[in-house]
Amino acid sequence: MLIMRHELLLIAITVILLLVEIFLPADKKHSIITPAILLMAVVLILGFIPGPTGILFGGMYQTTALIVMLKNILNIGAFIVMVQSADWLRKPENKEKISEYYILLLSTLIGMQYMVSSGDFLMFYLGLELATIPLAALAAFERFKEKSAEAGVKLIFSSALSSGILLYGLSMVYGTTGTLYFAEVGPAFTGTPLQVLGFIFFFAGMAFKISLVPFHLWTADVYEGAPVNISSYLSVVSKGAAAFILTILLYTVFSKIALMWSNVLYIIIILTITLGNLFAIRQQNLKRFLAFSSIAQAGFILLGIIGQSQYGMATVIYFVLVYIFSNLGAFGVVSIISNRTGCETINDYDGLYRTNPRLAMTMMLSLFSLAGIPPVAGFFGKFFLFAAAANHGLYILVLIAIINTIISLYYYLLVIKAMFLNRSDRPIPKFKSDFYTSLGLILCLTGIFAIGIFSLVFEVINGLSFGLY
Amino acid sequence: MSFLLLFIVIPVLTVIGIFFSRTHMQVKWTAVVGMSCQLIMAGLLIYFFLAARAAGNTAEILFSQDMVWYKNLNIHFFIGVDGVSVAMIGLTSIVIFAGIFASWDVTDLPREFFTSLILLSAGVFGFFISLDLFTLFLFYEIAVIPMYLLIGIWGSGPRHYSAMKLTLMLMGGSALIMLGLLGLYFNSAPNGGPLTFNLIQISKVAIPMPAQRFFFPFLFVGFGVLGALFPFHTWSPDGHASAPTAVSMLHAGVLMKLGGYGCYRVAVFLLPGAAHEMAWIFLILTTIGVIYGAFGAIWQKDLKYINAYSSVSHCALVLFAVLMMNQTAMNGAIMQMISHGIMTALFFALIGMIYGRTHTRYINEMGGLMKVMPFLGVAYVIGGLASLGLPGFSGFVAEMTIFVGSFQHNDVFHRVCTIIAASSIVVTAVYILRVVGILLMGKIRNPEFNHIIDAKWFDRISVVTLILGITAIGMAPLWLSDMINNGLVPVMQRILLAGPIIH
Repeated sequence: MLIMRHELLLIAITVILLLVEIFLPADKKHSIITPAILLMAVVLILGFIPGPTGILFGGMYQTTALIVMLKNILNIGAFIVMVQSADWLRKPENKEKISEYYILLLSTLIGMQYMVSSGDFLMFYLGLELATIPLAALAAFERFKEKSAEAGVKLIFSSALSSGILLYGLSMVYGTTGTLYFAEVGPAFTGTPLQVLGFIFFFAGMAFKISLVPFHLWTADVYEGAPVNISSYLSVVSKGAAAFILTILLYTVFSKIALMWSNVLYIIIILTITLGNLFAIRQQNLKRFLAFSSIAQAGFILLGIIGQSQYGMATVIYFVLVYIFSNLGAFGVVSIISNRTGCETINDYDGLYRTNPRLAMTMMLSLFSLAGIPPVAGFFGKFFLFAAAANHGLYILVLIAIINTIISLYYYLLVIKAMFLNRSDRPIPKFKSDFYTSLGLILCLTGIFAIGIFSLVFEVINGLSFGLY
Repeated sequence: MSFLLLFIVIPVLTVIGIFFSRTHMQVKWTAVVGMSCQLIMAGLLIYFFLAARAAGNTAEILFSQDMVWYKNLNIHFFIGVDGVSVAMIGLTSIVIFAGIFASWDVTDLPREFFTSLILLSAGVFGFFISLDLFTLFLFYEIAVIPMYLLIGIWGSGPRHYSAMKLTLMLMGGSALIMLGLLGLYFNSAPNGGPLTFNLIQISKVAIPMPAQRFFFPFLFVGFGVLGALFPFHTWSPDGHASAPTAVSMLHAGVLMKLGGYGCYRVAVFLLPGAAHEMAWIFLILTTIGVIYGAFGAIWQKDLKYINAYSSVSHCALVLFAVLMMNQTAMNGAIMQMISHGIMTALFFALIGMIYGRTHTRYINEMGGLMKVMPFLGVAYVIGGLASLGLPGFSGFVAEMTIFVGSFQHNDVFHRVCTIIAASSIVVTAVYILRVVGILLMGKIRNPEFNHIIDAKWFDRISVVTLILGITAIGMAPLWLSDMINNGLVPVMQRILLAGPIIH
């Protein structure tokens, strides 16, 4: 029981919310927001209490100290998203659907937790599907908006396709090794042509989820159409979970063909970072902008995986944690401004600092963190990732990545330029954020500063990670 | 606890104070109080440093403090100073002190202006006291990034363009530095043992030559971008011309020195073997830079552009001297950094003050200003004379040392470079005297200039501080030069071990 405590707690609050919703009169539905957030906070805190680890269901489900930490990181991201979406859920058109939102969101989170903790490809696939299908419903949440419905359809089609590809790859893995358990596939996976083919299909499926080039085409459209909070959830928690399990699988199951997948990653990293950045430069809509920036960030995450060491794995986890806080900070600002004014393009942000200085400062610090400027945490995350790749001797790759950070700095500065440097005749009017939005942004800012300056976080992560050899 | 930590703590406290200030005046006075403390601290630091040396303390690094930061990467927060960094800290505190007074009339968002300015200075102070490459790099980037807002919001002319160009070029430089630092880190223990970012430890390690050859260009060019290494200097004229007064002062006066200091402290010091091999490439570039900057300045009509190009020329001289790799020239390089830092800050302060009164920076539209603003006029002449290397001012001491040092090389290549670079003094004299003549002498061309009021009290504080700095170094260079030499001895020993000995 306690081994599976994260998932069980989440299931418990999902059920509670479902029951409460049934008995709540229609005009009181918005009062569910605070209890839901409080329950999630309780789950988040309970998750940090050390508990037993081990395997269940004959090895289909496993958890270790590392996996517990990964689940906690995912919980943090989901919690901040829940806090940030309170303002949006209070809008009249969403009032009817508040509990649905929470239930769908929590189901995807449960799916991700099962996926991260899977010990078997079947469990992994089930978790992946549970994580993906409710997301499509969430993307289409504002169903009377054409774009939102479009986003939902695009997400479900592309994820169905990618799941199909992934499953095809897994079937080859099963066919050649005769087992689905990670612990047994690993030794049997020696790199025969069919196995390599299976791996390629598997990797392509995962690349869809993490939105790596050339499997990134759905990202921008879905992020643009979906509600802002869902886009932020997609870009941090969903992507983070996929990156975690990919790291674990590459390091354990596919460790025997490390030479091959590191070559694949080498090319994919260059493509992802460069194309993501170059497309981001041209974007006017901030959601599309952040979508392409998140594609580029995904490329940076892989940089740690290619390091192939305990340290490389630690940097991946650390970077995802930093990225959760930074990206949610940026998305939080976009979300509140979009809710209150409907403005979503960079030009709308002209002169934001003069009317809403706090939001502009938060946005700037988050973007600096994404760009990797000290003293915020993004700098440490990027530096460590580069160190992980350099440790493996890949100086040319690091150089390309570093040059790309300058490109990314350029487009992040474009937003900062709009907010701080430009003046506007019709700036976004001054408004007061509600309690939950402020709380969400303060959490992000605290994270952005604290994770970098206090080395403890990284040391804990490094202590739990393991390497390829 | 080392009291060097205060150099970072005081700016941070000042920023917090500014955050809680209510009025415009409170903001400015908080900044003044904070930066006066910095100035006093710098004075005390110099005093304690000299006292410790006089008492026979021969440790390479004084007042050091070493705290572990990221344990598993062996990143430390390691601070300490030697003679060179003490001198640079003195320079920084003088320039930032004068800069606060020179920006007394900032009215648009003063709180944000002073916050950014002081954060920038905190980065610079942190850079000069860091002895761990990771923290050094961290402070380097902290010093660079506020420039974007400072130029973009409070600048003039094509400020958006200049701010973006400057930030991207400097961050591009820092990208190269980052790669170089990673290279140093992973080669810091060729014989096994823990890897380290510790500058002093790395300097005692013989890094394999292939690695040195690969990483030296990254580090030298990376820092060289900020040090206005030709052909990566193009951000400098645009950036300086668009920046507000105090930012130009701080940028040309101090921030560009980060580049020179980095080249000396990281690139040449830690990779001496490659430095000996590749110095000739960069010597050619810096020689071109010296001459190019000087000739560039002749053709400009905008006062700020003149000074920006002159900065390119003078900063190229710093890198030139560093690449000569002998003690006299290196000493000259550091002296030149300090001398040019104060001098160019003075120039930019005066240009800002003149512009505030005449509302033009084009020298052709001005004339006879000596009659209406004698104080600023005289100060400009003093700055000019120091810049063209008149004995008695700091410029002479520095340039003399550089050329004496670089002429100690016996081979033709170095001597030709030296002769070419030295000829820039003549060109400098041309543009300085020409500007002084057009700007200050002759008749007043524009009748509106008759109503100009001479320097106000805050202008005077700013100008007098800087002039005192120039003359103090010019009249009594020995104490400064001794202090620098003191810091250079161990550095030179290691550099010379790696290459041919030059007398």
